Amino acid sequence: MSIMSNFFEKSDLSRKEAESIISDTLQKCDDGELYLENSKSESILLDDNKIKNSSYNSDLGFGFRAISDEVVAYSHSNEISKNSLKQSSENLKSTLKSVKGTYNHEIPKSNKKYYNNINPIEQKSLNEKIKILNDVNDYLRSKGDKVKQVTANFLGEQKSVEIIRSGGETLSDVRPLVRFNVSVMVEKDGRKETGVYGVGGRQSYDAYLKDENWKSVCDEALRIASVNLESKPAPAGEMKVVLGPGWPAILIHEAVGHGLEGDFNRKKTSAFHNLMGQKVASEGVTIIDDGTIDNRRGSLTIDDEGTPTEKTVLIENGILKNFMQDRLNARLMKTRSTGSGRRENYRHIVLPRMRNTMMLSGKQSQEEMIKAVDKGIFAVSFGGGQVDITSGKFVFNCTEAYEIVNGKIGSPIKGATLIGDGPSILKEVSMVGNDMMMDPGIGTCGKAGQGVPVGVAQPSILINKMTVGGTKL
Amino acid sequence: MVKDQEFLEKKASYCLGLAKKLGATESSVVVKNSVSETVNFRNKKLDESNRSDDLGISITTFIGKKKSSISSSNLLNDNLKILIEKCVETTKKTPEDEFNSLPDKDLLAKEVKDLDLYDDTHIENDQKIDYLKKLEAAASNDQKIINTESSFTQNKSNFVLANSEGFCDGYKTSSFTSSSVTVAKDEKSMERDYEYSSKCFLKDLDDADELGKLAANQTIRKLSPKKIGSEKIAIIFDKRIAKGILSTFASAISSSAISRGTSFLKDKVNQKIFSDKINVLDKPDILKGLGSRNFDSEGVKTDTLKLVDQGILKHYLIDTYNGKKLNLKSNGRCGGTSNLYFENGNISFKDLLNSNSKSLYITETIGHGSNIVTGDYSVGATGFLVENGEFKYPINEITIAGNFKNMFQNITLANDLELKYATNSPTMLIEGMVVAGK
Repeated sequence: MSIMSNFFEKSDLSRKEAESIISDTLQKCDDGELYLENSKSESILLDDNKIKNSSYNSDLGFGFRAISDEVVAYSHSNEISKNSLKQSSENLKSTLKSVKGTYNHEIPKSNKKYYNNINPIEQKSLNEKIKILNDVNDYLRSKGDKVKQVTANFLGEQKSVEIIRSGGETLSDVRPLVRFNVSVMVEKDGRKETGVYGVGGRQSYDAYLKDENWKSVCDEALRIASVNLESKPAPAGEMKVVLGPGWPAILIHEAVGHGLEGDFNRKKTSAFHNLMGQKVASEGVTIIDDGTIDNRRGSLTIDDEGTPTEKTVLIENGILKNFMQDRLNARLMKTRSTGSGRRENYRHIVLPRMRNTMMLSGKQSQEEMIKAVDKGIFAVSFGGGQVDITSGKFVFNCTEAYEIVNGKIGSPIKGATLIGDGPSILKEVSMVGNDMMMDPGIGTCGKAGQGVPVGVAQPSILINKMTVGGTKL
Repeated sequence: MVKDQEFLEKKASYCLGLAKKLGATESSVVVKNSVSETVNFRNKKLDESNRSDDLGISITTFIGKKKSSISSSNLLNDNLKILIEKCVETTKKTPEDEFNSLPDKDLLAKEVKDLDLYDDTHIENDQKIDYLKKLEAAASNDQKIINTESSFTQNKSNFVLANSEGFCDGYKTSSFTSSSVTVAKDEKSMERDYEYSSKCFLKDLDDADELGKLAANQTIRKLSPKKIGSEKIAIIFDKRIAKGILSTFASAISSSAISRGTSFLKDKVNQKIFSDKINVLDKPDILKGLGSRNFDSEGVKTDTLKLVDQGILKHYLIDTYNGKKLNLKSNGRCGGTSNLYFENGNISFKDLLNSNSKSLYITETIGHGSNIVTGDYSVGATGFLVENGEFKYPINEITIAGNFKNMFQNITLANDLELKYATNSPTMLIEGMVVAGK
């Protein structure tokens, strides 16, 4: 395979020498590996009627990790050379002074692949990309005087990774990733509002843009902005909340997803750490984290430790079944890795992370939910969220929401923050919709300063009680 | 060790030379190297060590009014050649933008003062471990503390910024950072809080014992929180949250937001946007300052700016591109502010607590609830109920909301400013915000 030899091609370090340094460093450790990464990425941005930026990045480096019991020693560098790898080895050895472990050679194998080995950057010429961005700008500005600002961009990446373990075992993956985003600002009577929408995943740009599909991305961004122009102040206080399908599943991601990551539970700092096997959600609520859906933004053929990803059942019919694990936390908790070990890039250590986190469909319709609410809000789209793992409190910011009055959808309301309690929120879910939908492929999850691409999905759900952070008392 | 000036300058001039040869009419380049070493502790034991050695280069080429850029971590000349060729080719294909250019030559920094930003001291991992042992012992002294995580990082960086107008300069900086995150538990709740210290010079770093104690105390006092009702109430922002509000102000006056028309502070220069007594300064030449610099990321000299004088907005933060668009000169703020702070108010912290019979003291906010287009603000919050100047009990699972336009007009500042970070604020009181709770 050509990618595998690339890392050592222009180096004074041969693959054989690297393998011997790795084996020598890790021989008495419990685990560890050399992670090599070569990524190429581009960003082309249209803003304020002009192509503002066209940039290209090429990043190369390695991260060398040695683990003994609970202790992780890590060293990374951009220089793939004999000297640099030896220096890293010395650094790891100096941290793990006297190790007496047994290296765990076991790593599951799979032949499955969830995306193709392509370089999306080279599959579409710069001229074509610039043309689409200009078309986006013209199209949106033709929609009327209220359109005051248009921003659109392409982000494309190809990341080649290789993992070399003690003994020379080698695992590799080539990961394409693209994203197309549109943001539009509208103004009416001195009031300004913004709408944002995007699409993406692990395929070529054309898979998302063919048949002038970019127009529907523009239409959606403009629709959200226009709705917000008519919005009135959001209510403040506890009330019923209906969440729409798809992207609002970032609620699941924040409220329970992070709390089910192995590291927080091994350290007992997650509000969920002592709830395994217990009822943590209403009946009918099933949540999985799946790395195996073809071409999705959060999918991975292997994780960043080389473990094939899987479909992990986190909560089944209300009962907590599994945490998401990387190799380190799995070993210390005496379980197996769920293929959830991820890192932003070679500069970072591996952490257990989410992939595509999904709440599965139930039986009710969205209509039934709206009807069941006397006073509450209907939240359709969100900007982002955050959680305090320890207290379990989480927030997310509405970018499109409506009030519900006497079982009917009313006026749009201004972007408000919703706040809730992770361990109890899923017990407040009183209806689960029959309309599960994936998000459009735009999510990035941040943890410990590392951002990784993720996906979410859910049907419409009715939550009995949440605090809405509006300004209207 | 961090790469020396000579190495970085050599790479920079190689790139500028090559860009010119390949047809760029103007170009600029930044070469950076950053070496950090971190040790992490958890529950009084070594948890992780991390050494990072990051090299990076970014090059922007212009052909007339066309512009493109590339960046890479691979500094081998072979690779740079391929990338610069690609960059020049891309530049040719990128449409013109009349405002694209290098900074005006007369605005470039001419003298580079020694701002005392580099401490050559190297702290070995064993010494970091000693510091962290002491810190964790202090942090876990109380039985209510059930988990401690702490960290010590030494960072040494060096950079060179050069452009085809002949600018070529750079300098070393250092930072030493220690932090402590503690988790406390009682029958009803589990809470987390933190404290950290970051300095250019090792000897200025906070004492380990004090940092650990502070983190633990701040966590323990949050136990058994209550939720309060929804109401209009005076909010007091702890310094660590108040500085975030100042950062939001800075992003709302950045020339890119202004020129794009996406800021609620557009066209507000020389207008009163804060209450009378409010002054905001951005001072780049503070010795050992975490935000100090001689020039901005385009090489433009940075002078002290009084951004807000007696409540009146005096300047935007201007870079070359957006400056040209707004018909204003760059004031050396490409890349943002330097050492940004509110000047002290004239009442004490104690008097601030006493200024309302009932108020909320906020110590943490979560969520990305600041909208600089509309000025709307809505975030999740944690804090304490204050009655008659005294902390009564902890509060959580609430949100606080308002609009910056009103909030800025209703700020009262205490006189307890400390220049601890790059952006700093005294404790801040804002009247008339809405809390959503039960």
